[in-house]
Amino acid sequence: MKKLLLLGDEAIAQGAIDAGLSGIYAYPGTPSTEIMEYVLKSKEAKEKNIRSGWAANEKTAMEASLGMSYTGKRAMVCMKHVGLNVAADPFINSAITGAIGGLIVVVADDPSMHSSQNEQDSRFYGKFAMIPTLEPANQQEAYDMIHYGFGLSEKFGTPVLVRLSTRLAHSRAGIERKDIREQNEIHLPGDLKQFILLPANARRRYKILLQNQPHFEEESDNSVLNRYFEGSDKSLGIIACGIAYNYLLENHPDRNIPFPVLKLGQYPIPYSKMERLYNECKEILVLEDGYPFVEEIIKSYFGLGKKIKGRLDGTIPRDGELNPNIVEKALGMEIAETRTIPELVANRPPKLCDGCPHIYSYNALNEALAEYTKGRVFSDIGCYTLGALKPYEAINTCVDMGASITMAKGAADAGFTPTIAVIGDSTFTHSGMTGLLDAVNDNSSITVVILDNSTVAMTGGQKSSATDKIEAICEALGVEKDHIIVMDPSPKQHEKNTKIFKKEIEYKGVSVIIPRRECIQTAAKRLKKEKRNL
Amino acid sequence: MKQDIILAGVGGQGILSIAASIGMAAINAGLHLKQAEVHGMSQRGGDVHSDLRISDKEIASDLIPQGKADIIISVEPMESLRYLPMLAPDGWVITNTNPHVNIPNYPDIQDIIKEIRAIPNHIALDANKIANDLGSRRSANIVMLGAASPFINLEYERLEKAIRNIFKTKGEKIIETNLKALKTGCEFAKNYIKK
Repeated sequence: MKKLLLLGDEAIAQGAIDAGLSGIYAYPGTPSTEIMEYVLKSKEAKEKNIRSGWAANEKTAMEASLGMSYTGKRAMVCMKHVGLNVAADPFINSAITGAIGGLIVVVADDPSMHSSQNEQDSRFYGKFAMIPTLEPANQQEAYDMIHYGFGLSEKFGTPVLVRLSTRLAHSRAGIERKDIREQNEIHLPGDLKQFILLPANARRRYKILLQNQPHFEEESDNSVLNRYFEGSDKSLGIIACGIAYNYLLENHPDRNIPFPVLKLGQYPIPYSKMERLYNECKEILVLEDGYPFVEEIIKSYFGLGKKIKGRLDGTIPRDGELNPNIVEKALGMEIAETRTIPELVANRPPKLCDGCPHIYSYNALNEALAEYTKGRVFSDIGCYTLGALKPYEAINTCVDMGASITMAKGAADAGFTPTIAVIGDSTFTHSGMTGLLDAVNDNSSITVVILDNSTVAMTGGQKSSATDKIEAICEALGVEKDHIIVMDPSPKQHEKNTKIFKKEIEYKGVSVIIPRRECIQTAAKRLKKEKRNL
Repeated sequence: MKQDIILAGVGGQGILSIAASIGMAAINAGLHLKQAEVHGMSQRGGDVHSDLRISDKEIASDLIPQGKADIIISVEPMESLRYLPMLAPDGWVITNTNPHVNIPNYPDIQDIIKEIRAIPNHIALDANKIANDLGSRRSANIVMLGAASPFINLEYERLEKAIRNIFKTKGEKIIETNLKALKTGCEFAKNYIKK
């Protein structure tokens, strides 16, 4: 069969389509976005009537996938690592309810923070929820793992977490497909009380989750994803998790590694294989992308004084993603000298596109705020976060989805007025609406600027849940109609817009300003498409 | 056979279409391939690169180790220099000389050209001008691919076929323009080496 050339994300999507998926839910977030995008574009998915489409946020996506699993169908939900914080409530509780149809939660971590505000390691969430967690080393494994993961999920009636990181999510390789499996028929839980997490039921369900723990460990110990490779030189034993294994191989071009190696792809950690490595080798080196997850376990669980090398002892930097050179150094190999970057090479940070509507919103806002002391603008996650950089330097915070409105409120509550919240249209419907309700109920003196470019721009122009709904939402939440103002963020309107900002900033209460113009990237794409269809 | 290629440029310049052409040609030649891309924030006018690895054996790492890249193909002159630590001692730099100036502190282009000329194995060409002369401003990418083609371990015909495939929805005229861009870039490189 001809190989498909797929990104790690796409391999996961194709794997799910082939493994009998009935529905996929997601909110866009780098590096996970391409999973849903692939299913949205897939003809096969359409023919099979697989449900696809963007959700308002990761929590609603997680809950919808749990609902589909409840009916016995196979469901998948995808998000970036910080998205799992948003979905943490249903995620942790889904471990208690369990799953009926196979349920896979795919989380793409972003070590080195290429496009994120932290580099949290989702394997901790898998351990926290006490569910099996899979971590592919390459694109083929990512594809295969979805088949395997759905099987595991249905075997034990548990959700399964699949964790990958940026490098695999956004790297392409050839994939061989497996046999295609039909979708499940609808079959509800045998016990219709299973998903009612009232204390009495929850205690019973929790005991089942606890009873499953030794089984999950046994599965890990016997899993083909956790392989023990013999090695004659026992001075060092190496544990390589997920893609770290590739970097280990890269440094042994003949594939001949003298040391025993434990390649890890399934958690909970395989205790007997790990114990064997620990007992056989003089020192242990742990290679893992993300936090020192395995390293901490091996230090505390097997902590009999043996030297453990990894991120905690400084053999590997404590932060940032792994690469072949870091692993080369950790193996004690000699690093060849390389050329250096000529001094004249300047940094080229990302920036708002020429003609971007946000530019004109920020220009007017900056002018309106010129008469106040600095530090009043609370912002959010999206392209407009680039307004923090020169020449705008227009915002003062960026923390998590929706935090602009609530932080502006908190600061206003402290007596620091006026404060301004700057949030994008999609971020507003993701997590801004509830904060706006709080502000209305408290009549906080804040001005909320909802930058409406009618798309999820930063991740490549996905459909925004907010389109055509923002004024109605604000009004329904109780913002006074006279203080919901739409403006055109264009250079021609600069003076008019500045006046509007000034007036609303002075208003003692909640006002909402909506600068509205289509993102120039999506506008260009749309025009191109329209031209093609003429 | 193993070849490691770094593709460099600025977000929005479309280095991924070069990657897609080489990738398709490599897969059709039955080779293994890994290609790491940059998505997300940097795509907004920041520096971007893609690690492209082709081999007749299985490839381990998605990332090219430092000092191991056989070729750097850059659609922007300053960006070709950013990845010099990745270049193998005998590696080639094939770069566009047409600067993409979107930062206030962009260095003097003559100084950049001087640095490029100091690299023993280099090909430097104004791909934008060549593409313009061919009447297709948007084919600068493919001119660069053409200039790199003598150094890529893939038959030229396979690259042509890949371009046909990638532009097949755009019509015969655009396919022909891009094939011409490929050819012109290729011939430029061959003449450049002779000099």
